[in-house]
Amino acid sequence: MPHIKVNEDLPGIRSLMAFSPETAAPMGELANLLLRTNEGLTMAERELIATYVSYLNDCFYCQHSHGAIVTCYLNDHNELVNQVIKDLDRAPVSDKLRALLHIAGSAQKGGKFVTDEQVKTAKRFGATDRDIHDTVLITAAFCMFNRYVDGLASQTPTDMSSYPLRARQIAERGYGNHIFINKQPVAEEQQG
Amino acid sequence: MPHIELESHLPGITGLLEYRKDTGQPIRELTQILMRGSSTLTEGERELIATIVSHGNQCRFCTTAHTAAADLLLGEKATTRAVKEDIESAPVSGKMKALLAIAKATGKNGKLVTPQMVERAKAEGATDAELHDTVLIAALFSLYNRYVDGMATAMPDNEAYFDTLAERIVHHGYTRLPQGYDHLKQ
Repeated sequence: MPHIKVNEDLPGIRSLMAFSPETAAPMGELANLLLRTNEGLTMAERELIATYVSYLNDCFYCQHSHGAIVTCYLNDHNELVNQVIKDLDRAPVSDKLRALLHIAGSAQKGGKFVTDEQVKTAKRFGATDRDIHDTVLITAAFCMFNRYVDGLASQTPTDMSSYPLRARQIAERGYGNHIFINKQPVAEEQQG
Repeated sequence: MPHIELESHLPGITGLLEYRKDTGQPIRELTQILMRGSSTLTEGERELIATIVSHGNQCRFCTTAHTAAADLLLGEKATTRAVKEDIESAPVSGKMKALLAIAKATGKNGKLVTPQMVERAKAEGATDAELHDTVLIAALFSLYNRYVDGMATAMPDNEAYFDTLAERIVHHGYTRLPQGYDHLKQ
């Protein structure tokens, strides 16, 4: 049960954003700027970093929400997220992305865990300053989102079929207030 | 040395917020709303929350900056020192003790906030809005702490930098200075 009184029809961060729309606006904007661009890193790669960090923070709602968005961007190829989580060193990602995911894993523990060596490796595989910056800021942002979601014990949907439906909303329209203002998506066979 | 090239006259967070101004803007706006917007928690109390989280995350730049801001707002330095040492014996209200404990737990991981901790805060008079803001401030500073240390940003050359920074945070707030930061160049 959530620690504060929120709209029970809304899951996870959506219920918190509806509780506090004023703070939701800049958070949605930050998510769009960090996750909805292909500059340097693709949108799928950015969401993969978000998913990996949420997994490390043990935030079920965020991990599965963003994992579903990765899958959506990869045309429903749903193996990659599990491969990265299970064994990052063997997962079929580019050397650059692997190096950046290692940086994300360190920054999740604490900023000081990111080593010069990790950064050097990422740069050797072609990561730009901007890629490294965005990796660390996506990690930091998800350390915020994960804590917000779990620190207030917001509701986590147990129906796993609901995650791809919400992911599609994000893939189509991006982040923003529509995710808590509009009616939550339901599967076609459940409608009417 | 920072992991990427940042303007050398801007240590800590400021160089990062200037490096990518577009993402800096919503981060600043969120901070301004939470730390300076209307709230039943005083600005000093909110700076105490930022301080305890940054201290727990061992981020020296953020801890020093927000300790200085809290000291300025509270008009003394004893409270920040006591809170960092031991929340329970610090000279703050019962409600603040409960909220600071929640903030400290959130800084480590949201799951560490227990229903008992929340019940205690409510029994001490904390409202839902105060609980919400406490958790979100703690979450936001978990972002800042990782951003600042994860990029290995520089500490300022002298401690007086933090006095100037605290003055700015208290009297101007968290929004970008309209004239930018070139005046800080030596």
